[in-house]
Amino acid sequence: MKSPRGTGTSLKNFPLFGPVAAIVFGFLYIPLVFVVGYSFNSNRVVTVWKGFSLEWYADVLTNDDIQRAVINSLRVASISTVLSVIFATGLAIGLLRMARAGKTAAWSLIMAPLVIPEIVFAIGTLALFVQIRFPLGVDAITLAHTAFCIPFALLPIRARLRSVDLTVYEAAADLGANEWVIFRRITLPLLAPGIVAGALLAFIISLDDFIVSYFLAGAGGTTLPVYIFGMIRNAITPGVNALSTLLLLVSVVIVTVSYIIARRRR
Amino acid sequence: MARRSTSGRAGQGTWWAGLPGLAYLVALVLAPLVIIVIFSFLSRAKLGVGVKWEFTVQPYVELFYSESLSGERSFDPTYLQIFFNSVVYSLITAVACLVLSIPIALWIATRPPKWRTLLVFLVTIPFWTSLLIRTYAFVIILNDNGPINGALTGLGILSEPIPMLYTPFATIVGLVYSFLPFMILPIYASAERFDFRLAEAAYDLGATKGRVLMRIVLPAVRPGIIAGLILVFIPALGSFLAPELLGGGKTSMIANVIAAQFGASRNWPFGAALSVMVLVIVMLALVAFAVVARRSSRRGSQQSLESLL
Repeated sequence: MKSPRGTGTSLKNFPLFGPVAAIVFGFLYIPLVFVVGYSFNSNRVVTVWKGFSLEWYADVLTNDDIQRAVINSLRVASISTVLSVIFATGLAIGLLRMARAGKTAAWSLIMAPLVIPEIVFAIGTLALFVQIRFPLGVDAITLAHTAFCIPFALLPIRARLRSVDLTVYEAAADLGANEWVIFRRITLPLLAPGIVAGALLAFIISLDDFIVSYFLAGAGGTTLPVYIFGMIRNAITPGVNALSTLLLLVSVVIVTVSYIIARRRR
Repeated sequence: MARRSTSGRAGQGTWWAGLPGLAYLVALVLAPLVIIVIFSFLSRAKLGVGVKWEFTVQPYVELFYSESLSGERSFDPTYLQIFFNSVVYSLITAVACLVLSIPIALWIATRPPKWRTLLVFLVTIPFWTSLLIRTYAFVIILNDNGPINGALTGLGILSEPIPMLYTPFATIVGLVYSFLPFMILPIYASAERFDFRLAEAAYDLGATKGRVLMRIVLPAVRPGIIAGLILVFIPALGSFLAPELLGGGKTSMIANVIAAQFGASRNWPFGAALSVMVLVIVMLALVAFAVVARRSSRRGSQQSLESLL
């Protein structure tokens, strides 16, 4: 029974692991396949198949309210991406130079949005904005998204920074470059892949967010997920699926690009 | 080594590069939490939006007691029951995720290295898609005309559809689906670092497969399991979408009750008090897991987050 290659093979023979893995992969993807599949249903009743049709896409793409929601979503996502990447780059560099106690405190603050249940974060931000009389809407959503995009932007940048050979800085400093020149000419180009990967992740996290946007939307701040939620609550038609399919497509493309960039030149 | 903590070394930037980011997080993460705690000790505003700045512990009293119109106070377990249900649903979710994750995580960890990265990436993709859409997918799948009921009635196994949507079962399925990658990834991260030659050795010494799994492999991936339990339990506890869209009105979880206080019920201080209770449970859970795991799990959870990105 000894394996010819010597390592790692004893568990490969474990009965059931392979089939269970296949079932779990199916569980992860089949629900999404149903969302996409029924978006082509010509019937109004989503789950009763009548025939292939693209009418729901036409329907969704020409709807004024949806267009406004898409514009809101893109605006929120792009601005909070830029802001969170700037903060995250600073944090990545700053964390390297912080004393241990400061680093622990800073790290818990950065990771807090990932540990605190999102509903608590959402109503806390709502309470804050109402208290300081900051108007609800697109700008309020952008400010809140920036906060919870920071950890997602930070991790790839930090991973990249840690893999940089520190002697390049010493060489530059020995050659007389000042801090700013070193940052512009050395740190930033070296970090670029991490920054791009972080920016892409921040963008989809913001684009896909529902709960925080839902509480901060006010009257004019409806984003795409908030709009889709309203559709699901009102009447479920394949239009929900068509819109969801488009949003899924954007997320999958962006995360794939981010993955490819982050893996390259490691 | 002493110089590391000062900003002395040329060109590596300085600690204050992190200050703008930290200041921002203090304003938009710490401040909202502080406000929630403050609001939970204030009175309800007349019109319901916001609070009246008068100190009271009434919101916390409302967690346990309800007041009749005549002002009589009596014990009311409604909210305790919702907290209890939320904790139970989240625990079931965490255990179900664990059972599904161990085989797939170990299976991926025993593939050739060039396949592993791709398989891990396939596990993470659903995590990066909209939680709303992933939850909505189960509205389609579980409803009375959906594919499951359709197949079962179509094949003549059932004469009429089983109602699955708007039950606690649907909520838990939705929660498992939402957070499954959080369990697979940390277990995989632990399993990947495990030297499978140890399992091989035990195997050669005559141990059965089951024994190798229970005595050698599972103890080795324990940090990953503990990290995964935290990473699933905490977001499950605060879930809003799964109970809202799949549970129907009958199976509310805490987040739905909190949302209602800031919406239709218009009782912000009570909503704040409920949120404080959620934070307390989250902290207790973190402490409990940390005690069980000591340092290894914290390392594990950070690694798992990094392996996600």
